Amino acid sequence: MPAAGQTLRKILAQSQRELLADWIQAQLSATTRRTDLMKENELREQSREFLSLMQSASGAGSLTHIDGPNWTQAREFLGRVSRSRAQQGFTPSETATFVFSLKQPLFTRLQSEFGQDAQGLAEEVWLTTDLIDRLGLSTAETYVKSREEIIQRQQREMMELSTPVVQLWENILALPLIGTLDSERTQVVMESLLQKIVETGASIAIIDITGVPTVDTLVAQHLLKTVAAARLMGADCIISGIRPQIAQTIVHLGVNLSEVTTKASLADAFAVALKRTQAKLPQQPGA
Amino acid sequence: MPLPWLSSGPRRNCLSNRAPDGFAMEKIPILKMGRFLLVTVQVDMHDQLALQLQDDLTARIVASKARGVLIDISSLEVVDSFIGRMISNIAAMAKVLDAETVVVGIQPAVAITLVELGLSLEGVRTALNVDRGMALLQDRLAEELR
Repeated sequence: MPAAGQTLRKILAQSQRELLADWIQAQLSATTRRTDLMKENELREQSREFLSLMQSASGAGSLTHIDGPNWTQAREFLGRVSRSRAQQGFTPSETATFVFSLKQPLFTRLQSEFGQDAQGLAEEVWLTTDLIDRLGLSTAETYVKSREEIIQRQQREMMELSTPVVQLWENILALPLIGTLDSERTQVVMESLLQKIVETGASIAIIDITGVPTVDTLVAQHLLKTVAAARLMGADCIISGIRPQIAQTIVHLGVNLSEVTTKASLADAFAVALKRTQAKLPQQPGA
Repeated sequence: MPLPWLSSGPRRNCLSNRAPDGFAMEKIPILKMGRFLLVTVQVDMHDQLALQLQDDLTARIVASKARGVLIDISSLEVVDSFIGRMISNIAAMAKVLDAETVVVGIQPAVAITLVELGLSLEGVRTALNVDRGMALLQDRLAEELR
């Protein structure tokens, strides 16, 4: 009886061509195949490269420790494949199927090798299953990791584009908010607004929430915090761009905005601001 | 997310700024400018100092018949809930003595800290700098005299 893994190595080394043909056939007929995302040529190329990497890895050492140095190249290749598939928009199962679909052709070969030797077949099948599962899991892990990287990058980009503070007039600042206000963004918004108040000496800040999709109690609380902080710096806030639904939500939630001047549109708010700055702070000679 | 400017840890020791014999005690100066009193906090405000300021200021408002108090805290970089409450208290006391209080020069970091602490200094008027604060007080007085 051959040693454990011997037959698998033999198959990988000797009948690679047939194995590849079967594997590609299995992948092409699989329901998880995405013809819209990947050409057949590319799939063939990836499959061929992975099989040859598997052969050299299994020939060089252990079949159970895929963390070992002999598997490094195969692991890196799988990592690249799953990263690129994550970016192309494959689902996790579609990505993992790339590795798992190798089972069937391998098992068919093992079966014909062992013939009647049921025990030997069982052992070898177990070994193969274990190996493929590990490789599949590492693929899935890389997939998830690269998806997370994509999400984090997008979050960073959103933070960066989100908080411009613009000066509309002497003593009047505007803060057009786009997107949801979470506590981290509120912090950024507050800091940049207060910094701008110091720089420009503005006495009125208009916070425009036309671009804020929903206002819940948390968002309202963040808004009120920003208003309170600006007031401490000596600047009055006007909240503008309140859409009808948002006005309803605010009242239903019982949020008290009575301390703050609110206007339906930025234009109205600007008119009020102009009036107030001229009435309260007349231009003094030399000032 | 921790706020780096929040003063954490134990309260600063009130006795450390006092000379051992208790004589040389630093004081926050109160300047009289016309009908207003000007208080500039130049040092780190510890508890004893704040209490002392409260005493001095109320006495000066009564003595000088001041109509307005301007508190400049532009050099204050760290505040805690005690100092925040102290400022509110001082404003409320001045109000009782018929003097308007304007706090000026709050740093952005200090403003955020106060709001996060839930102290938005309701009932205290604020302005960006001494200039603006003075204008505010003068407007107020002019309105009253009209």
